[in-house]
Amino acid sequence: MASSKAARIGEEVWKSRVDKVNAELVTLTYGTIVAQLCKDYESDYIEVNKQLDKMGYNIGLRLIEDYLAKSNTMNRCSNFRETAEMIAKVGFKIFLNITPAVTNWTSDNKQFSLIFDENPLADFVELPDDGRAQDELWYSNIFCGVLRGALEMVQMQVEAHFISDVLRGNDSTEMRISLIRYIDDEMPVDDD
Amino acid sequence: MSYYFAIIGTQDNPLFEYEFGTSKQGGDGIARFAEQARHMNQFIVHSSLDIVEEVQWGNGQMYLKCIDRFYQNYVSCWITGGNVKFLLLHAPQPASANTSRSSTSIGANPTSPQTEEAIKQFFTEVYENWVKTIMSPFYQVNMEVRSPVFRSRVAAAGKKYL
Repeated sequence: MASSKAARIGEEVWKSRVDKVNAELVTLTYGTIVAQLCKDYESDYIEVNKQLDKMGYNIGLRLIEDYLAKSNTMNRCSNFRETAEMIAKVGFKIFLNITPAVTNWTSDNKQFSLIFDENPLADFVELPDDGRAQDELWYSNIFCGVLRGALEMVQMQVEAHFISDVLRGNDSTEMRISLIRYIDDEMPVDDD
Repeated sequence: MSYYFAIIGTQDNPLFEYEFGTSKQGGDGIARFAEQARHMNQFIVHSSLDIVEEVQWGNGQMYLKCIDRFYQNYVSCWITGGNVKFLLLHAPQPASANTSRSSTSIGANPTSPQTEEAIKQFFTEVYENWVKTIMSPFYQVNMEVRSPVFRSRVAAAGKKYL
């Protein structure tokens, strides 16, 4: 029920309220960023992953505002499952026109996977064949940061990382997201 | 029929090489160049670059057809918008092996319209894959192409059309 509603919202917003840009522009721009980072950090892919995550985090902090404005869903998600549905069917839909599958829930409903059938960031990409990139670089790691940043702004602290990527030769591209805690409103220290 | 396919960059530097044999008429897809011809192939293809430069501005087409010939070696060329050259050297088998059967094959008539068309289809498919390959953010202009994916796609195109 909630899931079909999310799909409908995503579809509607994508059709009516989103400015579109050429997909290849996005792909090539992101590709250039990653390639440049690899060059700047002299192929220290662990560091590149960190930087991508950080860039994503800063995007996420702002993007959530745009997401809320466009999707017009000001009521809070009642549980983490609903949050996951909204991320996949509305968030990814309106910004990238893809709908990753939400699966592999743990029994406590705090961890799930997003499986990307298509990934506009990774079109045309082949990882460098230096023997390390295949094991170390998470090419689309910016997504992890985006989710972390965006959810933090709506009082959810999460941890996100990729566990497989077709670019590395895996069968699917899968991201694992775990809810760490809901952030309570905290009073600033010494505030009466 | 044996083929030697090379991609030459804008500074006349080789970017990619691939050798294969015909898969038509029951061919097994293995190149049958004599051992000393293997080195010659590179020379022959390289020397035909001069002719490419002569004809490349002529008709505004990417496919320049068969541009050069050295004894039984024919060289066909496709030139991309970015001045990268695809060169295909094709050498028909010496006439000894069952002439009657191979006489109608594209291999036996290197300059016939059918051969031209088959090579054009081969080049077109390679060109599509080439564009995708060089769109990879980790590829730099005039860098050697090491992608195994590209190699396998060239092999598939060769198998399909030649």
